[in-house]
Amino acid sequence: MRLQEYQKQTDVHRDAVHLARLEAESIAILREVAAQFERPVLLFSGGKDSIVMARLAEKAFWPARIPFPLLHIDTGHNFEETLTYRDELAARLRCRLIVRTVQESIDKGRCVEEKGPNASRNALQTVTLLDALEEFRFDAAFGGARRDEEKARAKERIFSFRDEFGQWDPKNQRPELWSLYNGRRNPGESFRVFPLSNWTEMDIWQYIARENIPIPSLYFSHRRRVFQRGGTWLAECPYLTPLPHETVEERVVRFRTIGDMTCTGAVESTASDIHQIIGEVAAARNTERGTRADDKRSEAAMEERKRAGYF
Amino acid sequence: MSTAELNTPSLDRGLLRFATAGSVDDGKSTLIGRLMFDTKTIFEDQLEAIEQSSRSRGHEQVNLALLTDGLKAEREQGITIDVAYRYFSTPRRKFIIADTPGHVQYTRNMVTGASTAQLTIILVDARKGIVEQTRRHSYIASLLRIPHIAVCVNKMDLVGYDAQVFHEIADAYRELAAGLGIREVTLIPISALHGDNVVAPSGQMPWYGGPSLLEHLETVDVGEDALAAPARFPVQYVIRPQSEAWPDYRGFAGQVAGGTFTPGQPVVVLPSGLRTTIRTVDLFGDSLPFAQGGQSVTLTLADDLDVSRGDMIVPVDTPPAVTRELDAMVCWLGEKPLQVGGKYAIRHTTRETRGIVNAVVHKVNIETLTPVAGDAAVGMNDIARITLKTMTPLFVDPYAENRATGSFLIIDEATHLTVGAGMIVQRS
Ligand SMILES: Nc1nc2c(ncn2[C@@H]2O[C@H](COP(=O)(O)OP(=O)(O)O)[C@@H](O)[C@H]2O)c(=O)[nH]1
Repeated sequence: MRLQEYQKQTDVHRDAVHLARLEAESIAILREVAAQFERPVLLFSGGKDSIVMARLAEKAFWPARIPFPLLHIDTGHNFEETLTYRDELAARLRCRLIVRTVQESIDKGRCVEEKGPNASRNALQTVTLLDALEEFRFDAAFGGARRDEEKARAKERIFSFRDEFGQWDPKNQRPELWSLYNGRRNPGESFRVFPLSNWTEMDIWQYIARENIPIPSLYFSHRRRVFQRGGTWLAECPYLTPLPHETVEERVVRFRTIGDMTCTGAVESTASDIHQIIGEVAAARNTERGTRADDKRSEAAMEERKRAGYF
Repeated sequence: MSTAELNTPSLDRGLLRFATAGSVDDGKSTLIGRLMFDTKTIFEDQLEAIEQSSRSRGHEQVNLALLTDGLKAEREQGITIDVAYRYFSTPRRKFIIADTPGHVQYTRNMVTGASTAQLTIILVDARKGIVEQTRRHSYIASLLRIPHIAVCVNKMDLVGYDAQVFHEIADAYRELAAGLGIREVTLIPISALHGDNVVAPSGQMPWYGGPSLLEHLETVDVGEDALAAPARFPVQYVIRPQSEAWPDYRGFAGQVAGGTFTPGQPVVVLPSGLRTTIRTVDLFGDSLPFAQGGQSVTLTLADDLDVSRGDMIVPVDTPPAVTRELDAMVCWLGEKPLQVGGKYAIRHTTRETRGIVNAVVHKVNIETLTPVAGDAAVGMNDIARITLKTMTPLFVDPYAENRATGSFLIIDEATHLTVGAGMIVQRS
């Protein structure tokens, strides 16, 4: 669908209403966790989903401060803009920001760096994350995952139970009825909680537009030196070595998701404001995960990582 | 839809949650795949992936049903065994599908999916007509008080798009629905495989004058229920910034569980019974003129009362029942059977207490849908009427009047698992 067509067809009122309902549900989930758990934490990646989650948390507890810290698992391969954005946001929210790095985990011998041209630290994040959750004895960790992102997520609960090893067992999840959430647990057990479960990529963008939330400039069209690999444009950066047949060239691109530089693909785009992005998303023929190299590795890649304790 | 209708504000116009049910092979996965495909919710990379899967399994054409397949083990077994959520939207509405399997043993999944649904699609195979599963699903839909039921008579292509076949099934279904006290039924003849009457009207069935399934989903009126109910505000979290900017702010955060709250409204706080009035309805710096069912807000009160999580703010003139005795229908979800005399944790709205199961009044025979007295063996997937006594009072409404204040969870105190879903029958 083209932009004009989309705007014409979209009942403006509808957007306001469905976003208000999603917002109300997410706020209720954030408050429920603050009430049922002793040490919640919000996993902040700097991506648009966690930015929206932080806004919802701000709303949920206003005029008080958000009653839990932010945790960033830093792969060491982040875009500079992401880190700046993260620090400014934490300062504005007057929230404690905890950063744990994959590099630290590697240095301590907790995990080993992948080798080869497709080496990524995405999988290693799991180790750093689980260690950080244990270090601070967090009993609930908010993640920004959405069920529309990937098949393995479609069955994920909003309150997702994890055993004492942080593992997810799809067969051992509690049924979730009405809006009643059962966060009871034994010592050592914990939950991942996904307040954005029912949001789609489009909802996220529309909400960012509605709320006028500033987002990192990476999401808007810009010139960047990139090279093509596995059907996506990867940014030229110190952590990636292009193979002999891969040529680096300058293109006008933007990012649909922001994560580890080694596996976050850019799309060619001239969308330079939020409304143009919304128009592009409406017309898009590929999922945003299609631009993430790590999810392409196997059909069940995400599911395997989830079992191991990834978000 | 007329312009007048479009301009009528309604809380729920923008979002419809629906559940799907059908026996195995009635075409549920194909239907959902079709809805998503025809509304362009399927992306090229997803289509590529299912094309690949289809080929590797030796299917000739792209199997849209694969799109809704979930986890690996289940993919390998070739079955869906849980509730999966899907999303699609049209310019008119956003849709959330709770996709539940049709297996006999998974009543619990259907109950779970139905608990948040405003509409359910029940699939019937045109060649088979109404079968036991249809009755069971319809019963659960009525038990869970899903306001709207859409019966899709599928595989019409296999009966030559015959009007007679459809009308016979439709008549039989209306009779079934009337027996179950179901108020609103829409019957639609479809072919999920070929797309007849799913998104676009079918050229094959000119005798059918009604809406396509999608048109029905887009226009069905949802939203009156939560607003008509008496106002209920379970306090979820107390907000006390104690900051320089807000030294004395004391707000009670929660999600409105029915009705409307406005500043100046006289209210009573349960269980204390103390009266006051609503001072403000707050949301992130905005003072709202009112808050309605479903909205998450923060209320401040005119008087400085001691209010905590689990309390309920309600209008002075229409309070809920304050009771320790519950008479409820339960669907048992746990592997360990329900224990008469057993103690459980009970979660109702934002309140948690303990309860003892007094008695099983009757069990529902899931084949005949009739009550069987004297059978107290309630195991997983069973539905029964029970009585419970709770340690502290709950503030309840009959489930038929308010799904939020009429429902509760039964939780095993040792394993912390959710083992039962309760629906309050009446004030006792
Ligand atoms: N002829 C015909 N076949 C259909 C139709 N809908 C589904 N099917 C077929 O019925 C079989 C079962 O469908 P599926 O969607 O997997 O059923 P589920 O078990 O209810 O999810 C598949 O072989 C489908 O291709 C239809 O409208 N017409």
